[in-house]
Amino acid sequence: MIQRMINATINGMPVKVPDGTSILDAARSAQLKIPTLCKHPDLLPTAACGLCIVKIAGQGKFPRACATPLEEGMDIVTHDGELTEIRRSVIELIISNHPNACITCGRNQNCELQTLAAEFGIRSDSIKRYVRDIPMDRSNGSIVIDFTKCIKCGRCVQVCQDVQNVSALSFLERGINTRMAPAGDISLAESPCIKCGQCAAHCPTGAIVENDETVAVWEALRDPELFCSAQIAPSVRVALGEEFGYEAGTNLTSKIYAVLRRLGFKAVFDTNFSADLTIMEEASEFAQRFVHGKGALPLITSCCPAWTDYMEKFHHDFVDNFSTAKSPQQMLGVMAKTYFSEKMKIDPAKHFQVSIMPCTAKKYELERTEEMYASGHKDVDIALTTRELARMIKQSGIAFAELPDDEADSILGEYSGAGTIFGVTGGVMEAALRTAYNFVTGENLPKEAIDVTPVRGLEGVKEAEIDVQGTKVRIAVAHGMANVGKVLDRVRAAREAGEETPYHFIEVMACPGGCIGGGGQPYGVTDEIRLKRAQGIYQDDRDCQVRFSHENPEIKSIYKNFLGEPLSERSHQLLHTHYKPRKVYKK
Amino acid sequence: MSTATLNYPIEDAEAASIEIAKHVDKWRDQEGNLIMILHEIQDEHGYVPRQISMELANELDVSLARIYEVITFYQYFKLTPPGRCNIAVCNGTACYLKGAAHILSQLESKLDIKEGETTEDRAFHLETVRCIGCCGMSPSLSIDGKTYGRVRSSDISELLEEASKEKGLR
Amino acid sequence: MTLEELDSYQRTNGKSKNWIRVGLDTGGIAAGGKEVLASLREEKDDAGYEVDIRSCGSCGLSFADPTVEVQVEGMPTMLYGAVDAKTAPLILREHIGKGHLLDDHVMATRKRATSLDGEKQTAVLVMDTCVVGGDKTKFFQASFEQELKVHGFGDEIRVYRAFDMGLYDRGLCAQLFPSGVTFSNVLSPDIRRIIKDCLVEGKIVEDLLESESDPQARVVLRNCGKIDPDSLEDSLRNGGYRGLRRALTEMTPEQVIEEMKASGLRGRGGAGFPTWLKWKLTRDPESQRKYVICNADEGDPGAFMDRSVLESDPHSVLEGLMIAAYAIGASKGYFYIRAEYPLAVERVRQAIEQAREAGLLGRKVLGTDFCFEAAVRLGAGAFVCGEETALIASIEGKRGSPSPRPPYPSVKGLWGMPTSINNVETLACVSAICNRGAEAFARYGTEDSPGTKVFAVTGKVRHAQLVEIPMGYPIRSVIFDICGGVLDGEDIKGVQTGGPSGGVIPEKHLDAPISYESLRELGSIMGSGGMLVMDERDSMVDVAKFYLRFCVDESCGKCAPCRIGGYQMLQIIEKIYRGRGEESDLSQLRHICSAMKSASLCGLGQTAPNPVLSTLRYFEHEYMAFIEGGHAYARKIRQQQKEQEKVAS
Repeated sequence: MIQRMINATINGMPVKVPDGTSILDAARSAQLKIPTLCKHPDLLPTAACGLCIVKIAGQGKFPRACATPLEEGMDIVTHDGELTEIRRSVIELIISNHPNACITCGRNQNCELQTLAAEFGIRSDSIKRYVRDIPMDRSNGSIVIDFTKCIKCGRCVQVCQDVQNVSALSFLERGINTRMAPAGDISLAESPCIKCGQCAAHCPTGAIVENDETVAVWEALRDPELFCSAQIAPSVRVALGEEFGYEAGTNLTSKIYAVLRRLGFKAVFDTNFSADLTIMEEASEFAQRFVHGKGALPLITSCCPAWTDYMEKFHHDFVDNFSTAKSPQQMLGVMAKTYFSEKMKIDPAKHFQVSIMPCTAKKYELERTEEMYASGHKDVDIALTTRELARMIKQSGIAFAELPDDEADSILGEYSGAGTIFGVTGGVMEAALRTAYNFVTGENLPKEAIDVTPVRGLEGVKEAEIDVQGTKVRIAVAHGMANVGKVLDRVRAAREAGEETPYHFIEVMACPGGCIGGGGQPYGVTDEIRLKRAQGIYQDDRDCQVRFSHENPEIKSIYKNFLGEPLSERSHQLLHTHYKPRKVYKK
Repeated sequence: MSTATLNYPIEDAEAASIEIAKHVDKWRDQEGNLIMILHEIQDEHGYVPRQISMELANELDVSLARIYEVITFYQYFKLTPPGRCNIAVCNGTACYLKGAAHILSQLESKLDIKEGETTEDRAFHLETVRCIGCCGMSPSLSIDGKTYGRVRSSDISELLEEASKEKGLR
Repeated sequence: MTLEELDSYQRTNGKSKNWIRVGLDTGGIAAGGKEVLASLREEKDDAGYEVDIRSCGSCGLSFADPTVEVQVEGMPTMLYGAVDAKTAPLILREHIGKGHLLDDHVMATRKRATSLDGEKQTAVLVMDTCVVGGDKTKFFQASFEQELKVHGFGDEIRVYRAFDMGLYDRGLCAQLFPSGVTFSNVLSPDIRRIIKDCLVEGKIVEDLLESESDPQARVVLRNCGKIDPDSLEDSLRNGGYRGLRRALTEMTPEQVIEEMKASGLRGRGGAGFPTWLKWKLTRDPESQRKYVICNADEGDPGAFMDRSVLESDPHSVLEGLMIAAYAIGASKGYFYIRAEYPLAVERVRQAIEQAREAGLLGRKVLGTDFCFEAAVRLGAGAFVCGEETALIASIEGKRGSPSPRPPYPSVKGLWGMPTSINNVETLACVSAICNRGAEAFARYGTEDSPGTKVFAVTGKVRHAQLVEIPMGYPIRSVIFDICGGVLDGEDIKGVQTGGPSGGVIPEKHLDAPISYESLRELGSIMGSGGMLVMDERDSMVDVAKFYLRFCVDESCGKCAPCRIGGYQMLQIIEKIYRGRGEESDLSQLRHICSAMKSASLCGLGQTAPNPVLSTLRYFEHEYMAFIEGGHAYARKIRQQQKEQEKVAS
């Protein structure tokens, strides 16, 4: 179908855009930025903030650019004295309902409201401030809600309800008392929240932020008794740079190793290594279930803690389908406190493991079950988000961009290309297929087939059939929780009808785009940025000498020297976990 | 608009589930049923108990969040049990101009509660409501759904007494 | 029901010769109408009167609630006001039994005759229509009786004190019964002239004659108070479903739309959008399903037209909804009624049930191919749900927050389908237009605003009531000529129209004719029909505060300008009202008003500043008095306010 093009005029300039384009986007294509505090490129317009009003010749009212499609022949003014004055008044009104606490806010210098206030030159509180006093919600260790800072743009609710299908947050009450909170008088911890942090990632102000734990990390680093080690997750390396002026997707692995050492970490590991380890276990599980029929199919990936939490709450009839292999974060933690500590003769009780993750749910995963203490200690002590690490670097005064490259510590630092692509939707599936193929057939995928392209990209659900030497493996990849239901419903329908499962292997990541779009990543993520970060990851994969998890030499040696083989007793003891149904509402 | 209170502990999920079935069955498969069901629940209990909302969410396959979004948006729905006798002073313009505020303050001092509150013994609940459309007879108020027009402050004691008698209060 | 069956009702008159009807709408019931009805029935049973007693809706005369209308063979239909359970039996004994009228309750007819036509007059209704100076009615009655005796009419002609004459500030008035010839400003010497000229010689006393009849025209309220809203039969006998019949059998949907265009009918919900255009825009899109909705979420505090129509004549509205459905091609319709109107809900539900049983709803209505189903959905206490997109969200079981337009409901409405939403009064007009023709409707009103409009006149008015007048009629006449002017004879300060979205029209502009355009020019709007009278004692700052608080309470909270703007304006006005205002507050207010007007998403937010802006426009001096007078002044005004409230209640 050929898309109809619309011709119109914006501020006297002719524009031509596809039919259905909003005035906001059309103006953007004409290099004009119309201010908005509610419209996010990921989300449908809610028309809440009232800042994007424009004038259309012949219309008396001021339509909202975000929600009004451009029509043929429209003559639009996006900026003039009157519009600026109205916008300034609206910003003043919003500020009058927002605490005057920029200096101590988690979004200081990174806040959309603050930026607009600066741009509009608002210099005084012309309207008396009224902020309803509602205590903060710190009940959930991953994210913190400061209701007073909420400007009711509705992004978090839309993300939580429509993108993630969780509905932990809702629009409650009305008028000046409107608030975004869990349904009824309950805390976030008692709500269905899966800790994905997408609300925080989309919040324009400091109303929802990650639970900042940098102070505890600084304290650990200062403690001479402790041996502090760090791990960095796959997707952190292609996103952290955005905090320091790099283009999105720039791979800064070596610089991050270097900066972690400068911050005082005595050992720096790479979660990519343990991603390879996860693949060894998970691909073995898959081979067992697929080839030998031991265990339920489809096998479903479990390295995303927001997804496992979601499954336990909303889809616990799939508990048996879950891969019991722990996530790379937890695998690295337990290896650091057993294998590495043993080898380096470090008292695991004094070993302090910090993970740098793109994710707020990883904070929750640290204490998810007793198996997260498989080393005899808390396997990972603190999980920091990418944003928290960026703040630590800025506090430390280290000129990040000028740092020389460095390397990770061996035995838990080397990784394959398969490990690095864990950070993007489809990546776990792709990495697992590369190894499972080997486990099933005894051979590696041919070189031209290593890139499993059908599972790449930002399509919400990706399905493919992979030929494993004549046998078809049916796979599905979903990201964004709202996309999972349809995939699982197909499986359920087949199950109820007594038919063969439509899929053998399903990968799920909670956040749109996977971990590159995680709730703990630098702010301002859009599909454009997700694609750039994904490109950075795929480039890292291509640049790797080794592209199969099972060929990572450190992986080989860890099995040889410590674990035995995948799914061995020791592996089970250290590297596997279990899932159980959980109540959606605790209250 | 009866204001019966629950006659079983509503924490009991099974009871709530039976309770909800009769409303849901009546409205199942009908367009726009949520608010109508909430009306029925509220009519029966005088408020919408949380346990019942949870069951309703299950039955209708909507999120509890959605139900609370609706309940808290509409002034009509309540989340806490009402009094046994509910007095609603009309806050329409005509009543306002004709002394509704005075009637309200009289009631407040007689019952020793503020607008929106319930007496400690849960006997009386006092609130203002949106215009009840009796503007021709302002100021007006309603007691348990029965409307009284051209209310004078001298009538208040009698109205309260009559209501108490009817409900067997005090 | 077949066409023949429908037509058969036209030819029969089911009413017995003697009947009594008690107005039992919410107002009538609140005033004790049910007790009156019970008392009438008891007396009938006890004494065995041959009379049919039933309830009806409201004739709109709220000040006279509960009303009782009586028909006895050989006498004109008479209306009684402010009847109570004690007086009710007297109606049977005196009026039915003896043909006598009841002092202090009988209401003079507003259809004033100009000739006697040789008819024998049997009674005189008298009343002192001046508010100030003490009531001289009794004295007047005695004088009349005295004079009648003198002329030998002592036994033949009785003199009654009327409850209402429909004339105000015209001194002593007298109406001859049964002719309806009415005289005003009658002085003592005139009594003799009236008796001599009229009763003896059958002539008219021209210089005293009130020749003008009441200017009201009953289109929307045509059946209100005339029929039993519980009876489909009663409706059918009074022209019910004739409009639908004509539309279905004589007109294509396009022709129905053309008929609306010819009538010039504009939406009576407030904005005045042409009804035909709304229907055409909903008819045009191709769609499997379409909907019609009757907006009965009458939310303006102080307006009760829609409640009254639904309670008094639900079938006319249902008929209008069906005609709308036929015109746009919808097969399903909803009544969205506010839950605060339980009686209206009950009567509409019953009307739907009756229509369904009679085969007027469902498949193949009246034997044509038209199929239609209707149902009721309740509001739950949110003014903003009167806004079309919010109303749709509410029916869909969501928060009633408006959504941006486009898409318009006519293209993407209920469940994403083309939907036409019309207000109660509009639909009542629709059935009238289809029945009587566009011309009959357009004969009333002005060129831009044809037809009639119902207003609920309340506040500091002597006789609060529903008024239906042709558009173009001056506001002042509505207040003074129809409703009797200001309560207690105070001076009028202004009139508020349009409720929270409207504005205050000051006394000096009250001669403006009522039309969508003229009211807008004055800084108010037509709105749904609330007309609130304020006297010199009412503080305009307080009135602005009242409406603003209403809008703050009713803001859905979705968009920032309305949510915060309204709240902050209220803070400022309350500050001024407490005597702590500064002059800069007024510019601040205007500033916020302008942002709210321009940047709010829906009509509620865009118009919420109107009460503030209009009071600032005409009564800035009152704001300044608070600001300059400070504390002391504010205390004084508040004290006055309290005194007034006390006196009022």
